Amino acid sequence: MGFQVEKVNDVLVVDVEGQLIVGNRQELKQKVLEELESGERKFIVDFEKTGYIDSSGLGVLVSLSKKVREQGGELRLANLNEDLKTLFELTKLDTLFYIADSRDAALKGL
Amino acid sequence: MAPDLVLDIPNDLASIEEAVDFVMEQCSECGDDPRRLRLNLRVGLSEALANAMLYGNGPDPSKRVKVEVAFQGSTITARVTDEGRGFNPRCIPDPTCAANILKAEGRGIFLMRKLLDEVYFNDRGNSVTLVLRLPPYRGDVGVGGGARA
Repeated sequence: MGFQVEKVNDVLVVDVEGQLIVGNRQELKQKVLEELESGERKFIVDFEKTGYIDSSGLGVLVSLSKKVREQGGELRLANLNEDLKTLFELTKLDTLFYIADSRDAALKGL
Repeated sequence: MAPDLVLDIPNDLASIEEAVDFVMEQCSECGDDPRRLRLNLRVGLSEALANAMLYGNGPDPSKRVKVEVAFQGSTITARVTDEGRGFNPRCIPDPTCAANILKAEGRGIFLMRKLLDEVYFNDRGNSVTLVLRLPPYRGDVGVGGGARA
């Protein structure tokens, strides 16, 4: 379980490996905020290797999206599997985020 | 509820995953809807445990959380009890409304209620019971209940 960060052009892509839950949400938050502090403004959180998100994980994404937008940036999500999509739909967070089916689709126009 | 399984787990968020994995293994052949089992029970139970630890017990490492699980045919009932003072579950705001959707907290009980067939709290508010009804295996229709070994 962990977060891998890589730069693709001028976009910071964070791969969430395993789960995004109450136990590791602060780690994701810290990584993204550090990058935001260093001047990064375009983010993609890639869930291709993610099996599960809990409500705390959803919450940290909401919080990060807000902070990134306040700095004039954008945070997009990519590669949600059907279970994750269900959680976003139930909580109406699919209306809050740009959710792409693939990393390439998320990179377009960012 | 006469539980088939009782877990007594420490008040440590890191113990949630193992506890949920264990319960999921015991339920692996309950009913005939693996997706509902995989998503709905996992999410509901994980949220209940996180709430018990974060809000029920608070940061007290001496407190414990009890998990009781009963299997009745293809119905799974799980009860999560913390040692906290309890709360009023009727005062949970809707996290999907415009005033709350940008908040980081407040989606746990909402998800439990959306994903499980029944969610109810005891009077004190320190114990939540979750019920998930799965379709029976076609081969089990008309046969007595209980989880498969």
